[in-house]
Amino acid sequence: MNIETSTGLAALLKQVTGYIYPNEIEIQWSILIVVYPYITGLVAGAFILASLVKVFNVKEVLPTYRLSLLTALSFLIVAPLPLLFHLGHPLRSFEIFLTPNLSSAMAMFAFVYAWYLMVVLLLEIWFEYRTDLIRWSEKEKFPTNWFYKVISLFSTDTSQKAVTFDKKAIQAITIIGIPSAFILHGYVGFIFGSIKANPWWSSVLMPIVFLFSAIVSGIALVLILYMIITPSRGEPLDMKCLDKVASFLLYAIIIDFSLEVLDFIHRLYESEESIKILSDMVMNRLFLSLVVMQILLGMLLPLGVLILIKISKFNDELRKLLYFVSAILIQIGIFSTRWNVVFGGQMFSKSFRGLTTYKLEILGTDGLLSALILLILPFVILAILLKILPPWGRRLDNLDEKEALAG
Amino acid sequence: MNRKKFITFITNFGMLIASGGLFRTTLMGATENALAKNTGLKKRFAMGIRVNECIGCGSCVVACKTENNVPKEPFYFRTWVERYLIKKDDSVVIHSINGGLETISDSFKEKNILRSFFVPKLCNHCDNPPCAQVCPVGATFQTEDGIVLVDENRCIGCGYCLQACPYGARYIRPATHTADKCTLCYHRIKRGLAPACVEVCPTQARVFGDLESGASPLVRLKRMKNTHVLKPSLNTEPKVFYTDLDGVVR
Repeated sequence: MNIETSTGLAALLKQVTGYIYPNEIEIQWSILIVVYPYITGLVAGAFILASLVKVFNVKEVLPTYRLSLLTALSFLIVAPLPLLFHLGHPLRSFEIFLTPNLSSAMAMFAFVYAWYLMVVLLLEIWFEYRTDLIRWSEKEKFPTNWFYKVISLFSTDTSQKAVTFDKKAIQAITIIGIPSAFILHGYVGFIFGSIKANPWWSSVLMPIVFLFSAIVSGIALVLILYMIITPSRGEPLDMKCLDKVASFLLYAIIIDFSLEVLDFIHRLYESEESIKILSDMVMNRLFLSLVVMQILLGMLLPLGVLILIKISKFNDELRKLLYFVSAILIQIGIFSTRWNVVFGGQMFSKSFRGLTTYKLEILGTDGLLSALILLILPFVILAILLKILPPWGRRLDNLDEKEALAG
Repeated sequence: MNRKKFITFITNFGMLIASGGLFRTTLMGATENALAKNTGLKKRFAMGIRVNECIGCGSCVVACKTENNVPKEPFYFRTWVERYLIKKDDSVVIHSINGGLETISDSFKEKNILRSFFVPKLCNHCDNPPCAQVCPVGATFQTEDGIVLVDENRCIGCGYCLQACPYGARYIRPATHTADKCTLCYHRIKRGLAPACVEVCPTQARVFGDLESGASPLVRLKRMKNTHVLKPSLNTEPKVFYTDLDGVVR
């Protein structure tokens, strides 16, 4: 028994209000479990934005297409890490593959994840980049050319027929990908929503709310990345693209907000056994993270701003600023949403008679530092991916194009 | 390797891993069934709690901690006792009797008490256990004799079972980082002994027995008294039966 844990829990004991079962003093799912649904949400959301181009033929958002795919991939690579670090026995995690308990939602994670990574994202990116990879493998010097040869899987066919096949394949994968993205994040919602013992989580709406909040956060993230990366490369922002992405963001927020309001009204109206303790928790434990951060700052404010932009005629510069600020606020809001789901479900006692509290550790595998590293890691991976698979074509191509234009 | 071969390879590889996992699970299930058949008559172990007999001495908590090597700190319990004070305005004040780990000396500080009673709590060994349902690796399982156990060599310490248990009966054992809870002293009952908590209870508030046996003291208790289970609406079908249980107990 760790003495520090014991002293920590003894200190927490003083902050308990009402009666909780004695085993409930320790909050089991820490900040890492907040990071996990946040990251998978970004994956699903970024992928849905990418699919707008290929399936729904929204041409305006094309400049964000490849960026969305690479964003989804970088975050998906990191997605299982918070879960892994949180396990009491990370080295036994392979048991989920070897002896999955088929009635457990959590056991399905490995399959959903593998399916999404292998069948959807990697394949779509490969088909999307195939001709580029071949081109780069021909133009680059050793050893870079070999690297591209290997990741193009030694494919060499750049004929019209092959390119048409690539396009068809991408279309097909995206069509499979949309329900897969829905499954990936809806499933994360189901992990919480299916716990009947926990009235804060147990709701059929949970997977759907998770899904739409995922779409909101994913679109907002790609918007932020697009707005940072494009000017840093000395290129102008495509305002048509920005406006269109922001429109989709607005629609997604409206749906997400409506669902959350519905959930709230439904709980309040049904007013079940748990309503008193849940209200107590919202007012005394989650007021800042739920009412202020999630609802006011993260939802209503950006919603208002985006509606204002729609009905007013702001100039480009102001629109850019407002889009950027809204997207940042949305990220804070959705992170708070995950926080409130995870901790809200653990702060009240299942005796419905008391509240415990969560003390955020700074160091340690379950602490703030690990969470920050896991949140920064996808951006590092994305930077590497952008270097290897530039969405805008390699500098070499640009030079060629310039030469061709000059010539 | 061309595209088609590559896709076929990836798909086959995925299916190989999945089918390997399924095969191992099925094989293990078959072994367990075979073992169960060899153990003779089917039993269904359970517990009865006579609420009016409990004096809140906490001996059961101490016995349980000692017998099962449960950490001594007051955050880890396989069993605990709750003291309810019902006041004249119908409000309820609850404390946990942690086997002498924590002294309750405020009995007379509370005013306007209508009545008071103690309720021992433990894992309900549900017939429909949500903890076993959610365990991703099958580390929590039901034995043939109806007891829910945790295989600490298999548990990955994800904590999902703690979230799924409506009764707060589980904790993560700090030394092993695995889930732990009441086993009804499985090591004792398989040798014909009573669980430690039952053994030490000075008022016989705890009654242990086999629900399949007409001669069992538990079946007799159920025949003579009205019994209730905790949170029946969750359809977990608990196997800890309480007599004289007040409606305020959750």
